[in-house]
Amino acid sequence: MKKIKIGHVFTYVVLIFGALLMIFPFYWMIATSFKTAAEYSSYPPVWAPSNWLNFSNFIEAFKAAPFGRYFLNSVVVTVISVTINSFTTICASFAFSRLKFKGRDFLFGCLLSFMMVPFEMLVITNYQTVSKLRLINTLAVLIVPFTTSIFYTYILKGFFDTISDSLYYSARIDGASNWKYLWRVMVPIAKPSLVTIILLNTIASWNSYLWTSLTITSNINRTIPLGLTVFMTDAGSNQQLQLAAATVTVLPMIIIFIFSRKYIVNGVARGGIKG
Amino acid sequence: MRVKIENLTKKFGDVTAVDNFTMTFEDGELVVLLGPSGCGKSTMLNMLSGILPVTSGKIFFDGDDVTDLPPQDRGIGICFQNYALYPHMTVLENIAFPLEIKKINKKERNEQAKKMAQLVHIENYLNRKPRELSGGQQQRVAIARALIKNPRLLLLDEPLSNLDARLRLEMREEIRRIQQETGVTTIFVTHDQEEAMSISDKIVLMKDGKLQQLDSPQELYDDPHNEFVASFLGNPPINKLNGVINQDGNFVLETGDVIKINNPQAKVGEKVVLGIRPEAIMLNQNEHDMTATIVQRYTMGKEELAFVKVGNSEIRVYLSNDYTYKVGEQVNIKLRNKGIFLFDQQTGARI
Repeated sequence: MKKIKIGHVFTYVVLIFGALLMIFPFYWMIATSFKTAAEYSSYPPVWAPSNWLNFSNFIEAFKAAPFGRYFLNSVVVTVISVTINSFTTICASFAFSRLKFKGRDFLFGCLLSFMMVPFEMLVITNYQTVSKLRLINTLAVLIVPFTTSIFYTYILKGFFDTISDSLYYSARIDGASNWKYLWRVMVPIAKPSLVTIILLNTIASWNSYLWTSLTITSNINRTIPLGLTVFMTDAGSNQQLQLAAATVTVLPMIIIFIFSRKYIVNGVARGGIKG
Repeated sequence: MRVKIENLTKKFGDVTAVDNFTMTFEDGELVVLLGPSGCGKSTMLNMLSGILPVTSGKIFFDGDDVTDLPPQDRGIGICFQNYALYPHMTVLENIAFPLEIKKINKKERNEQAKKMAQLVHIENYLNRKPRELSGGQQQRVAIARALIKNPRLLLLDEPLSNLDARLRLEMREEIRRIQQETGVTTIFVTHDQEEAMSISDKIVLMKDGKLQQLDSPQELYDDPHNEFVASFLGNPPINKLNGVINQDGNFVLETGDVIKINNPQAKVGEKVVLGIRPEAIMLNQNEHDMTATIVQRYTMGKEELAFVKVGNSEIRVYLSNDYTYKVGEQVNIKLRNKGIFLFDQQTGARI
């Protein structure tokens, strides 16, 4: 009895230590964004700002760079690319899971093997393609290459495969078309997997940096992560301003994550087992 | 609706799952497709529903050739073994789904769905999700959903095999009641002979993709066309003895023991199987056809049975209640005229 309890205490101490380690940078970022310049540069460091409602850093950061515009660009790119990507993912998963056509499994095998090509290598060919399409330095360049995803198709197909055939036959006999069956039956059943895919995709799209930095050159088309980096170099030593900007950048993702973490964990676990 | 099947065949590669079936079911009948696993009964059902294309042959519904018609145009309702309810919809939405596809307005379809729910006695669970129902209740929902379109033909694919024994009996009677109330022609697939006997107007008994016999349950039991039919139906199962026909037209076991039988078709010297239903055996009558020794006794509910040894074989007999038999006791056996069959040892065909 007592031994088990000591074991528990040890486990929790380790877990709490790990949690603090993960939380600390976030805390430091948020706390610093409310500090005055004097508080930030004082030694020994100040753990908490004297005034938690000191928004002057945010105001100043927004004055120094068009963060409102960056934010809007990010939202537009994320919403459009995630919407299109989810749509193509659903359709492709349905086709690979449910429809019977010649060479289906071979085609899917080929797609899976493409997953092994690292993104950094694709950057070169993608860059050539988008420059031929004359999309460089438009928001479209941040959307077009990300309208399909093999990985998400693979996860969703795995889930679709677990849905019993008899549901499909039942619906077909009741007169439902493939299209109707997909949207009225399969998609609602696959909701947990879908939510996971949409969330992962949203986070990836929101945080996307490498591709953006290569294809966006004008200030007005920058998204938040790119704008933030440029601002970091410009703002120089005013780290409380940088961290205020960083807080604004990650805040939407943190909020989304907090409200949907249950789905993410479930979906990933499920996709992993079945896929 | 009258269902007519002509020379229907289904092949999967080299395997013939359904071999050249020709048969007719009348309007309002409840027909059971019966047979051991892998006999092709589900394949047959799937061809009737249109899920599986046929290899050759034709299917007619009321005289219309539906062989190449897609499932949704055949006017059928279907229930699968796993019920195939939509897990994200309530009971009401599930039942109303076929009408939703037909674009009937919500008020109208909910009204009809409620009527269906009453027919299958599920009206108190309309707002539940399928996972909140028991197996029997889910089965009822599935039947209601299959019936709401007023199908010409109702297809049930092993509908009771996922239920426990008690519920199975209850749902069996329920399906019979619903079928009689609606008068819908129904085809029911099962591997359970008792289920088939108790529920059906007609049984199609299949084995290895071949039709064994198509008859009413009673005819199937009383007049089996071959050894397989005789041994597939009946509980306790029929007794089978191998032997030959002697000069007098009687049956002789390998050990030389003679059983008197009365079958003018039997040819002298022919190798045969003698099938004896346990209830066709009477013990210790004045006359007797053979003698036997009691080997083991066992009770099945109200009845008592025994294994008795005839020659080298053991056969099952019913014991009468008014005399207690002892193991090892010699008994005289008299056979009734009914429930005694001779089959060819090679082909299994009835003689």
